[in-house]
Amino acid sequence: MYPANFEYLKASSIADAVRLLSENPGAKLLAGGHSLIPLMRFRLARPEVLIDIGGVDGLRGVTVSGDTINIGALTTHATIAASADVQRANGLLAEAASGIGDPAVRNRGTIGGNLAHADPASDWATVLTALGATISVQGPSGSRSVAAGDFIEDAFAPALAEDELITTVSVPVLAANQRAEYAKMSHPASFYAVVGGAVVVTMDGNRCTAASVAVGGLTPRPVKAASVEQALSGTTLTMDSIADATSRLGDDISAAGVDVIGDVFASADFRARIAPVEVKHALLHAIDLAHH
Amino acid sequence: MPNTVPITVNVNGRSHSANVEPRTLLVHFLRETLNLTGTKIGCDTSQCGACVVRMNGVTVKACTAFAVQVDGADITTIEGVAQDGNLSAVQEAFWNNHGLQCGYCTAGMIMSVTEIIERNPNPSAEEVRAGLEGNMCRCTGYNNIVKAALAAAAARQGG
Amino acid sequence: MTTRIFGSGIRRREDPRLITGQASYTDDIKLTGMVHAAILRSPHAHARINSINTDAARGSAGVLAVYTGSDIEGVLNPIPCAWAIPDSDLKAVAYPAIASDVVRYVGDAVAVVVAENRYQAEDALELIDVDYSPLPAIINPEDALGDGVPQLHEDAPNNQAFHWVAAGGDTDAAFADAAVTVSETIRQQKLIPNPMETRSAIASWAQAMGELTLWNTTQNPHIARFVTCLVTGVGEHKIRVIAPEVGGGFGAKIAVYPWEMITAFCSMQLGVPVKWTETRTENYIATTHGRDHVEYVEMAANADGKVTAVRSVVYAGMGAYLSTAAPGIPTILHGLMYSGPYDIANIKADVYGVFTNSTPVEAYRGAGRPEATFLLERLMDKVGDAVGIDSVEVRRRNLIEPFDNNRDVAIGITYDSGNYSNALDQLLGHIGYDQFRHDQEHEREHGTLRGVGVACYCEICGLGPSQVAGAVGFGGGLWESATVRIYATGKVNVFIGTSPHGQGEETTFAQIVADEIGVDVDDVEVIHGDTDITPMGWGTYGSRTTVVGGAAVALTMRKLRDKAKVIAAHLLEADEADIEYADGQFFVRGAPDRAQSIQDVALQANVAWNLPEGIEPGMEASTYYDPPNFSYPFGAHAAIVSIDPDNGHITLDRYVAVDDCGPQINPMVVEGQVHGGVVQGAGQALWEGAVYDDNGQLLTGSMMDYAIPRAHLVPDIEVHSTVTPSPHNPLGVKGIGETGTIASTAAIYSAVMDALKPLGVESIDMPLTPERVWRAIQATGYTGNGHGHSHGHDHDHGHGHGH
Repeated sequence: MYPANFEYLKASSIADAVRLLSENPGAKLLAGGHSLIPLMRFRLARPEVLIDIGGVDGLRGVTVSGDTINIGALTTHATIAASADVQRANGLLAEAASGIGDPAVRNRGTIGGNLAHADPASDWATVLTALGATISVQGPSGSRSVAAGDFIEDAFAPALAEDELITTVSVPVLAANQRAEYAKMSHPASFYAVVGGAVVVTMDGNRCTAASVAVGGLTPRPVKAASVEQALSGTTLTMDSIADATSRLGDDISAAGVDVIGDVFASADFRARIAPVEVKHALLHAIDLAHH
Repeated sequence: MPNTVPITVNVNGRSHSANVEPRTLLVHFLRETLNLTGTKIGCDTSQCGACVVRMNGVTVKACTAFAVQVDGADITTIEGVAQDGNLSAVQEAFWNNHGLQCGYCTAGMIMSVTEIIERNPNPSAEEVRAGLEGNMCRCTGYNNIVKAALAAAAARQGG
Repeated sequence: MTTRIFGSGIRRREDPRLITGQASYTDDIKLTGMVHAAILRSPHAHARINSINTDAARGSAGVLAVYTGSDIEGVLNPIPCAWAIPDSDLKAVAYPAIASDVVRYVGDAVAVVVAENRYQAEDALELIDVDYSPLPAIINPEDALGDGVPQLHEDAPNNQAFHWVAAGGDTDAAFADAAVTVSETIRQQKLIPNPMETRSAIASWAQAMGELTLWNTTQNPHIARFVTCLVTGVGEHKIRVIAPEVGGGFGAKIAVYPWEMITAFCSMQLGVPVKWTETRTENYIATTHGRDHVEYVEMAANADGKVTAVRSVVYAGMGAYLSTAAPGIPTILHGLMYSGPYDIANIKADVYGVFTNSTPVEAYRGAGRPEATFLLERLMDKVGDAVGIDSVEVRRRNLIEPFDNNRDVAIGITYDSGNYSNALDQLLGHIGYDQFRHDQEHEREHGTLRGVGVACYCEICGLGPSQVAGAVGFGGGLWESATVRIYATGKVNVFIGTSPHGQGEETTFAQIVADEIGVDVDDVEVIHGDTDITPMGWGTYGSRTTVVGGAAVALTMRKLRDKAKVIAAHLLEADEADIEYADGQFFVRGAPDRAQSIQDVALQANVAWNLPEGIEPGMEASTYYDPPNFSYPFGAHAAIVSIDPDNGHITLDRYVAVDDCGPQINPMVVEGQVHGGVVQGAGQALWEGAVYDDNGQLLTGSMMDYAIPRAHLVPDIEVHSTVTPSPHNPLGVKGIGETGTIASTAAIYSAVMDALKPLGVESIDMPLTPERVWRAIQATGYTGNGHGHSHGHDHDHGHGHGH
């Protein structure tokens, strides 16, 4: 497929990128290109101006300071997956990163680009929502932070003004008594999440003292599962208590007021029905009950 | 005359400078401008992996990058894998193990397998299969590609 | 004796160019002055074209020309269908290369742009303004047959393309008398072949000479030449078709398409070479599909499981037009195979070919035979259930007894040789069938859903005697030819009519040559795929290349050996009757030191200084081989699957194949064919299917939606073989290209149904997606608890790609 033509601008810094965005309404940022270029090849996206931020310093890499992991927006999924710091500080980040796309896609696709695309099937959106991550955004009037759970407003609609760009994703380091897991049913062709469930549980022995649960893939934006979390909190995690808690997921999806997505591969009804299964799988995995 | 952008790319150890339309995909730049047609196009959606090349040491899908983005990069295509007429261990293993039939996916497969065994010198069959999830083959059922990858890993280990 | 090169798994001589990027596929070729075509395709499945405005497109940067249907009228003839099944009331509807009044599927060509580069051609396509009046569309082949639905072609009432019946015995009586009858409705979903190389063509018209050269990704360049002659009006002697490296076909590169005819038209209009290469998205709508049957099938049996009859009513979707070989697939290649490997006395196939508003259907790996195998195996399982006998035992009771030379079956064809129970026995041993059944009993008590499926098959290939081809309406012959030259230096060129594209015949045919005449295999080069260079051939499909083309090579070598013997006798001053041949040496009986090598003889033959009287110079011979019968490979395959009842996810745990293709020229190549075929058939069972909406829009329109098997989703394929030579083939070979696909869909489906048997699931449409499986499980009232399912046991499966 053959994209339509566009004007190509190269940003030299974050400030330069913001300036170019302000000066070129409708312009799109080009990072790894793995969300944008496929759309452009179909001419479903045809921006007149592309601003390449690939050469901008300070947007790449992972640092851990105190109890926060800071990930530059241009950091590739592969870098996150392979980072020893990430694996140590928050294994779920590495696991989620290693499940996105395929190796060559992960080598080039970036966490910032993935989030800015706001695809409902994004693994990052679901996982970062459950982890309580914060997304830092830079615009003409300075920077601001958005909770990951609020970042995707609707399908393909991020909480990002036309002249803003994502600079950093900040994720809490998991405490020693926290376990985090992500389970998904992937589309066999696109590998996108049909349903993904991410969980973070804080454990006191077998007892869960706090839980954070998010599901995605089946809804335009990730849904935080408050009633599942509530049911898990203060409970000893067993097959039965987990089954009981996850059975409430439907309430949370209803409460979120979003439509469940369906397609040829998996209907909305099916996705809604197996979402609790994926959350259950993640929970069982988190407490090492997955294998007998 | 549409706007063009000057780029310089090092491909298979040779520096190439060209003026390209911004919309030119890397795979078209390699195939049409540099006449390096060993890199193939199999899909429109970054699924099939026929266009995989190594860029700055890692595999990328050349159909999902604009040529302007790779200005200054160091790229290896299938034409640059054999050194001085000597096949790489991976190429040799594909040949020895019938790891190809029609050959169309082979360039991308060789690039991906090379990366798999560089990152993990002693992979299991399962790890090889996971590493090939982004490379489609319609001929081999992947059987002999996996076999070739394991053989190449063993050969590199001196086994 | 030296080790025979025939039967040796040597590595392929094709590979060096393919592993280094030096091979040239069509799209890799650049000609001086070449320009690029892009085709505008109908976005509607059915619509009337009111008007087309190409003014803006003509003015777009780099554009040389824009053509529409009115430009080709009277210049390009409609695309012909080449398989007119007799006695079937077949409607050969017109298939114009570019539609001018009505479009009949999403993908029908409406206009073509030629520009200096492809990007510019695509820019101009967007500027063409077509005014359509959409018409209602019909997609399901069963629904399409009738008068109350949208009609595609005026001259094909009720959308009926043909109606074909084949029968042997008295099926009605057998059903009336049967102790048990079973039935099934089978949806052989529409499949998208997906060779990794999409279609591509370059046409170069030499005006002064009136010569057309066409580089074309085809499985059959000579057929392409013939059809190009019919469509363009250029004499067949003035057309050269070159099939360069071809990146897989699987049936999708048999048809001669409108697209390369449009490319030729553009070159002939503009006088410059024109290239057209399909995008993958275009490939999904414009390159032929496979299967697309709705089948009502029934089997009758005695109480002991002996099958007495099988019958069907099949609605076979043809798509919007009849592709080159399409009508032969659900008929000759399907209905005639209803006996499979079984002894069934009464058979009836009742097949309707039906036009639908979808991409035309063609051969797709196996072509008719996977569908026949699937229905037989599905019904065998059902008979087993009905009579309470293990389904493998039911198969065994019905297999034809071993035979080594000709066995007639009720439908009226004659199998060449077979030992079906041996293949089944070998399979059961390899898979550990009894042990699996034993373990399964235990697993089922714990609620684990694991199943085994076995498929026995016999297929028809090695197409075929030309007289039969003519009798069944095939618009050509099915013989093959080879020309072999041994040069003065002893090196050998083999020119073949068939056109391999991944199957490895450059290697295996060299092995035949080396084996027959004792030259080093590396001294043999096999040349194919150029109609100006190679002798006539009818193409590479239907697992016929080695069976028919290989036989032509072998017979040619035997002719050359006979000639060499005469020359050797002359040179050795001995009587021809006293000359013996072994390993490339002609020697006087009893005096092996008095010898002439084939190289010595070739030198003498080529220089012709001293030849015996009546012997022509040169060491060259040709053979035109028309086989006396088809070949009938067979085998038995087994699959083991696990199912996660929580989300319907199936894992293919194990796959074992036992195939019999006769003697194997190169076992490594044979195994490779089985691997690929099995995984392709697994694709149909588990993942693949073209899905349309009610308006005829393809919803699985890209590789993001249409799931072809990936490395991490399939297990190692375990391949074994038995060897039963074909009595009529000079090499004894039977063909192996399609067996994997023919057996694996049925074996995997059977395994899934076996896994679900404790729950009482009766039937699920393919592909067996998680949702379909999950719904089937839910419909049984399954809750998990009642079956003692161990939660989380299948976590990894359900986890899918997450890890």
